[in-house]
Amino acid sequence: MTRTGAAIVLVVVIAALFGPVVAPFDPATQELALRLEGPTGLHWFGLDELGRDIFTRVLYGARISLLVGIVVVGVSATAGIAMGAIAGYFGGRVDETISRVIDILLAFPGLLLAIAVVAVLGPSLTNVVFALTLIGWVGYARLVRGQVLRAREFEFVQAARALGATTPRILLRHVIPTTLPAVTVQATLGMGAAILNEASLSFLGLGVQPPTPSWGTMLNYGRGHLLDAPHLTIFPGVAIAILVLGFNFLGDGLRDVLDPAAKRRV
Amino acid sequence: MLRFLARRLALTFLVLLGVATLVFSLIHLIPGDPAQAMLGEAASPQDVEELRQKLGLDRPLVEQYGHFVGGLLRGDLGTSLRTGLPVTAQILERMPATLELAAAAMFVAVMIAIPLGIAAAVRRGTAVDHTAMVLALSGVSIPNFWLGPLLAIIFAVELGWLPVSGRGTWAHLVLPALSLGAALAAILARMMRASLLEELRELYMLAARARGASRARAVLRHAFRNSLIPVVTIIGLQFGAVLTGAVITETVFAWPGIGRLLIQSIGFRDYPLVQGCILLIAVTYVAVNLLTDLLYGVLDPRIRFE
Repeated sequence: MTRTGAAIVLVVVIAALFGPVVAPFDPATQELALRLEGPTGLHWFGLDELGRDIFTRVLYGARISLLVGIVVVGVSATAGIAMGAIAGYFGGRVDETISRVIDILLAFPGLLLAIAVVAVLGPSLTNVVFALTLIGWVGYARLVRGQVLRAREFEFVQAARALGATTPRILLRHVIPTTLPAVTVQATLGMGAAILNEASLSFLGLGVQPPTPSWGTMLNYGRGHLLDAPHLTIFPGVAIAILVLGFNFLGDGLRDVLDPAAKRRV
Repeated sequence: MLRFLARRLALTFLVLLGVATLVFSLIHLIPGDPAQAMLGEAASPQDVEELRQKLGLDRPLVEQYGHFVGGLLRGDLGTSLRTGLPVTAQILERMPATLELAAAAMFVAVMIAIPLGIAAAVRRGTAVDHTAMVLALSGVSIPNFWLGPLLAIIFAVELGWLPVSGRGTWAHLVLPALSLGAALAAILARMMRASLLEELRELYMLAARARGASRARAVLRHAFRNSLIPVVTIIGLQFGAVLTGAVITETVFAWPGIGRLLIQSIGFRDYPLVQGCILLIAVTYVAVNLLTDLLYGVLDPRIRFE
């Protein structure tokens, strides 16, 4: 499953990188006379409600999905590691404050908070990334806090402290590296979740705005043509499901290798 | 037990206060003048000023917050900008539809997950196990806003067995419940498998077999019952995901619940209604989490003495 996941992710990354080179059409070019036409030899995935080539738009959509995933996971993981490490290492009131903020944010169903934030800030790619990061860092912080609580008692950490290493050095060189295997697993699974959440927000009309090709937005517009042109719904959906499945396979496989203790929790 | 209860209730109070503060802040996150944003660019300055006064946006922030929390304690969430009706009444009217959908989705999920999880654990390492787990990972990966339309194409459009949207009969509930319950079924099946595998290794299983119990009886009467504790917890904790998923499923199937009301009110920039919907979903989620924790404390005494 790990290899299948890695292969899927690799294929989508290549498609996203080289999409504009291999795409047969421009994603914005409209052939209104052929609108809603089903798959043909020329247009493999058919045409959408404005006569745009769906295969091309699915290729370009991969860029948006991966971009959102990378930025959301990158920023969330960095912020989460920092907050979790500070809470776990210092303990006391600092830990109490950060932990209560985590509790409050975890009390919200994640996507609901993202919907709320985007609803007030307005629909856009930047706001989607901001909203998903706002809910994303909490999971990493909780994970890292738990790991740091354990790691700070390790002998090599105490030895570094005894040798007079500064706190930032102890955290960056000794404590945080011990949390990275678990964070890597969470980040891989987090890529799938971020991609799914972006697609959900775009599907609700709260995410990426047209004409930018996003898989969720394509599904949103396909909804109006479920009866007469189901291909508008089928292909972007398959793309989302396959990429998310790829990250989930990969994350699951990495967990078995990097974080075997967590396997029992699933 | 009392100490556990007091600590858990204090945390819930803090979380609820945080949830209320976040929901209150939403209106102040609107870029520019919130009253202008709600009425649109074409609104006259007089109308904007009137709305500002009506929502209390002209008063100091602390006073606005006090008024908001006071209203919450009285069950007053303000009035809808679009209909002029109390937000609480509108939400309560939609609540049964959402709860019905969430309950049906959870029922579907449990009915799929438990046999799948048991089969995977009992036949560990075989094709049955691999198939069940690939199915489970697929269930988590397939977006419900795609599964819903797909099910509608097959069962409503092509086969004509079920209605494509709306609420009314049992038949209307089937497709939304299936599409909403699929992801939860996948998570529960994985949990069921992991939990049952732990129990199958226990010595009491060996003892049951030594006393002459058949493998099926030992699994179902002994291991299965013990393995349910973490599964019940996950069912409770996943309630939030089901509620959020309902926002999407209700939109796909035109199901007249709170989720659909939320998306419609976002479209109309009816922010008091948006705040009300979000608050109610979050509070329901917090309440279910509290109940789950307390139930877990009752079921497993180790938790409450930690």
